[in-house]
Amino acid sequence: MSYRPEPLDDSDEPLRRNRPRGARLKRKPGRVQVRGYGTRHAQTLIATLGRLWHHPVASLLSIAVIGIALALPAGMSVLVGNIRALSGAWEGAARISVFLKQDVSLDAAHKLAADVSRASGIKTVKLITPDEALAEFRQRSGFGAAIDALDHNPLPAVLVVTPLDSSGTALKPLAQKLRQNSAVDKVELDAEWLHRLAGIIDIVHRAVLIIGVLFACGVVIIIGNTIRLDIENRRQEIEVSKLIGATDRFIRRPFLYAGLWYGIGGGIAAWILVSIALWQLSGPVAYLAGLYGSSFSLQGLGAGGVFLLLLAGAALGWLGSWFAVSRHLGEIEPQ
Amino acid sequence: MIHFDHVSKRYANGHDALSDLSLNVGQGEMAFLTGHSGAGKSTLLKLIALIERPSRGHVVVNGQNLSAVKRRHIPHYRRQIGIIFQDHKLLTDRTVFDNVALPLIIQGLGVADIGRTVRAALDQVGLLDKEKEYPVTLSSGEQQRVGIARAIINKPAVLIADEPTGNLDPDLSRDIMDLFLRFNQVGVTVLIASHDHALIAGFGKRVLNLEQGRLVQPDLQYAI
Repeated sequence: MSYRPEPLDDSDEPLRRNRPRGARLKRKPGRVQVRGYGTRHAQTLIATLGRLWHHPVASLLSIAVIGIALALPAGMSVLVGNIRALSGAWEGAARISVFLKQDVSLDAAHKLAADVSRASGIKTVKLITPDEALAEFRQRSGFGAAIDALDHNPLPAVLVVTPLDSSGTALKPLAQKLRQNSAVDKVELDAEWLHRLAGIIDIVHRAVLIIGVLFACGVVIIIGNTIRLDIENRRQEIEVSKLIGATDRFIRRPFLYAGLWYGIGGGIAAWILVSIALWQLSGPVAYLAGLYGSSFSLQGLGAGGVFLLLLAGAALGWLGSWFAVSRHLGEIEPQ
Repeated sequence: MIHFDHVSKRYANGHDALSDLSLNVGQGEMAFLTGHSGAGKSTLLKLIALIERPSRGHVVVNGQNLSAVKRRHIPHYRRQIGIIFQDHKLLTDRTVFDNVALPLIIQGLGVADIGRTVRAALDQVGLLDKEKEYPVTLSSGEQQRVGIARAIINKPAVLIADEPTGNLDPDLSRDIMDLFLRFNQVGVTVLIASHDHALIAGFGKRVLNLEQGRLVQPDLQYAI
């Protein structure tokens, strides 16, 4: 008796086609793995990005518009930040320049400096002698030859008084007191115009905030409208999906993620635009700063600024698509 | 399996689509729904698919009273039934594979399971070699087979079809109906709306004849 094993014909195509299919009806729990919530979200996120990628022109146009809308307030706030940093540097050096009369001797000047430094509320007093002033002027101005031609030093001695309290209220009485001294020719208060500048910057900053809010609303509306059109274009797909058991959440998800991508894309576009603008400005600014003998250079968005910009883009994108989705998806029901 | 208990449906415009209709399609049964256009065939199927709600009466499908199914539970209910449409309702921008996979994607299945299940379903409708094609490149009969593959991929206990052969010539219609017959033979309850009397006569299955929203000649067996 010969033993023949059962032929393993399962892979044979015609046999497989004729196999009875009764078992197909029975569900086999455990064999079919439903993916985790996070995995599904990640997959939708990537799929949505792929969808945008497939319509590059439309996607890029939307992203460019959002980018410009975000770049305006972002760029202005960078500018305000720079002016603040600049005036802050001056503010720290808020001081009183006391020009002494030409006929005041060096000893008298030293004595006066010592007197002033003993007064209350004074941090430092620095005496710049006429010789030192001339040397500094010669170095900074580049008029060396012209100065050499002078037969005497035209510059007075100067006391640079730095008060402990740099606010305007403390500086003014001190300046008033110094003016009464017979050795003093002129007292100049550097801080006054700085306070006015600070006031102007505050107004500009407030204006930037208002413009920022308006543009943020604009971005929400742009993204909302883009998503609305997207929903309209995919009406058939939404209807079919609902008919075969898609939940509202499932249908909503890709649109919300599309809004998120638009927002992040717009944020990146804004980042690039602001960077280009700063790069374009940096040359002239460095030149001007050089003229003032300053090493000031423009500050960019910085890591925190870029993060905030992208976060703002993402949040506005999500908000805009959420508005569109909650308003329009409910209207689409299978007929 | 499908039970209508004194069901009436009046649309907002005052049209009575169904009037006090009662019927029962048993588990594992295959039945045809006939009648002139406007007789209420589509409305009856829409009530089963929960696209519409009855004005009066109750519909019970697969042991569930549909009046008790809340709006947010409709998607989960629909996954238990397979729906086939006259116009296929395929997504033209996706391949055959992706169309058939849609119910599984909706349920969040893994990629490996989706591939295996979709190919099994395509195999059953004889379109295994067309998975990468787009619906527009297929014939009308093939498109309908894709629609059927999508409807059966969840292994539903109930299949409903609205004029599935409405756009097909007699030979193709016969093929499609044979396909339904095969699913019925493995235990699926099948309800098909069709006005093609000549076609359904050959199957020897129960025919539910609707006229102005009422059932006439119930339990009529077509004699061959």
